[in-house]
Amino acid sequence: MTRRLDKKHKKGDDFKMTVETTLALTEQDVRSYSANVEEAAWMADFRANALAKAEVLAMPKPDKTKITNWNFTQFPSHTVESSIFATLEELPSEAKALIDGEQQQNIYVQHNNTPAFTSLSEDLKSQGVILTDIFTATREHSDLMQKYLMTDGVKVDEHKLTALHAALINGGAFVYVPKNVVIEDPLQVLFIHDNEKASLFNHVLVVAEANSSVTYVENYLSTMEHAEGQANIVSEVFAMDNAKVVYGAVDVLAEGLTTYVNRRGITGRDARIEWALGLMNDSNTISENITHLVGNGSSSDMKSVVVGRGSQKQNFTSEIVHWGLDTDAFILKHGVMKESSTAIFNGIGRIAKGATRANAVQESRMLMLSERGRGDANPILLIDEDDVTAGHAASVGRVDPLQMFYLMSRGISKEEAERLIIHGFLAPVVSKLPIEGVRKQLTEVIERKVR
Amino acid sequence: MATLEIKDLHVEIDGKEILKGVTLTINTNEIHAIMGPNGTGKSTLASAIMGHPKYEVTSGSVTIDGEDVLEMEVDERAKAGLFLAMQYPSEITGVTNADFLRSGINARREEGDEISLMKFIRELDSKMEFLEMDEDMATRYLNEGFSGGEKKRNEILQLMMLKPKFAILDEIDSGLDIDALKVVSNGINEMRGEGFGCLIITHYQRLLNYIEPDHVHVMMQGKVVKSGGPELAAKLESQGYDWIKEELGIDDETVGQEA
Repeated sequence: MTRRLDKKHKKGDDFKMTVETTLALTEQDVRSYSANVEEAAWMADFRANALAKAEVLAMPKPDKTKITNWNFTQFPSHTVESSIFATLEELPSEAKALIDGEQQQNIYVQHNNTPAFTSLSEDLKSQGVILTDIFTATREHSDLMQKYLMTDGVKVDEHKLTALHAALINGGAFVYVPKNVVIEDPLQVLFIHDNEKASLFNHVLVVAEANSSVTYVENYLSTMEHAEGQANIVSEVFAMDNAKVVYGAVDVLAEGLTTYVNRRGITGRDARIEWALGLMNDSNTISENITHLVGNGSSSDMKSVVVGRGSQKQNFTSEIVHWGLDTDAFILKHGVMKESSTAIFNGIGRIAKGATRANAVQESRMLMLSERGRGDANPILLIDEDDVTAGHAASVGRVDPLQMFYLMSRGISKEEAERLIIHGFLAPVVSKLPIEGVRKQLTEVIERKVR
Repeated sequence: MATLEIKDLHVEIDGKEILKGVTLTINTNEIHAIMGPNGTGKSTLASAIMGHPKYEVTSGSVTIDGEDVLEMEVDERAKAGLFLAMQYPSEITGVTNADFLRSGINARREEGDEISLMKFIRELDSKMEFLEMDEDMATRYLNEGFSGGEKKRNEILQLMMLKPKFAILDEIDSGLDIDALKVVSNGINEMRGEGFGCLIITHYQRLLNYIEPDHVHVMMQGKVVKSGGPELAAKLESQGYDWIKEELGIDDETVGQEA
């Protein structure tokens, strides 16, 4: 289903040696982990092969962020045991607030690395919809998993971190929507992180068959301020012909983790993937969100908001690649940087040869709240076809003194005026999140982070 | 009764003096109009009183009942009773008109004593109806994509909701067709009364056909050069400004810069 463009390398890259890092786990470790979690037998080889690749592959090179000194490979423990929840009532209160009351029947909750609660309505079950943890998925839906798990979406051998992820997957979810099934209510996945020694190697796989439609929303929620370890997260989304997937996420991971999060979409003919991502981590984060518009007439809308604070370093790549004819893409990113936080926004619209009448539009806006913060918005258009349209807008700026004057001239205090401007600045993405509770959570997280 | 007193106000922008000693006293229950050709410092006066970041007051004073306005932050000036209807209001994405207004009202009230949502909506609805504004203007983002006329009505809506002691209206009539002009004038006349004073800045007489001022002042070269009653506005309408320039021996009435 996918084709890939050769990655452009800068001169000299190929000769650079990567520093060998010793990996925390051995082949024996991943094989016995595989047996312990009672996943499908083929997963043991999958992990072992990936681990071998992780040992030799190079690190990714996110544009404009130097990550050579970041720790992506060491962590206190690969897996921790956590409690399960008999009902949603038992969830910690921060987590409960994210769920829209009792009507949320379709939900998977993971407690650190432990699948802790799963519910799917009888109605959806009877239509063949699947929502389950990743281990069960490999057992019960082995064919589907073997077909899609890190094959056509994110490949195992893209670089050290994808290989490491494949070897160490210790959680995640599988969502499957059969042909012609239209799911009205959002499916929700909640990753609760409350053990500071836990590492998250979560894999999410969403497959929406032809003419289906689904809204998927996930939350990453650290309930403590500081943590150790890794969050190496991969999501793959397949929207088959004429399918529609809305993918909402709010990431709130604690300071101290190293976060690598890779969310990727592949579209069939006339399919559509919409992303609405609230990237609110306090950890140093490399986030990569790529959609391949493979099918003719397919489209993607990629919206993200970011708030950086403290001395946090973050790099966000949003990329849409046009392969099919008449494909349409819109990337919108808004970020607020406070204190001495750093963020790089790479927005990439790539149009391959033959993607006639493709339309690639992107907009990146960054609002700097302090003199010490650093923000960089890089709009990149790589176009190999003549008959296309493309556009980009990017800006990095401070709060407009005239807007402040206007608001304050109505009696609104400086702090409140700034708050209104920041929320307003982020609203185009926040308002797109499909679940009320999650929208509220994102608003509250923003409030907390910018205060 | 409250009094807004401007004494010998000098104001600079980027090091260039625009106001060269303006003196004016406005009481509540009075409507003053400042007229004058373009570039004579009228808008600078309005912005400087409110505390616009670009304007620097170099000498003189502005007080409300003796309280020093120039010492106050912009929001404190608003809470002291000042309101400026701006010529070019800012557009603010993501902040709805209603949320903005409610923040403005609540800023004047104690914490815990915020206006109830129902009361707020009732009041907003009735004022919007009065100003013949579309209902969706409440939920649209502040001034974003508003036409020139909609922005002006929105300024008057804020005036009516916030009920200041003193309003300064900076060319509220520019770019309005005659129907909109009537609506806006109705809004201002509705505010007229015991607790309200107003300074209207305009260079057209036609607004004053709908809002009769008690006092009329003419600005030239960064100063008030002539004051009178409503008859002064009528004379300006029929005879223009040249007779004043002649009378005062003024050759170029501007301060040398669009202001």
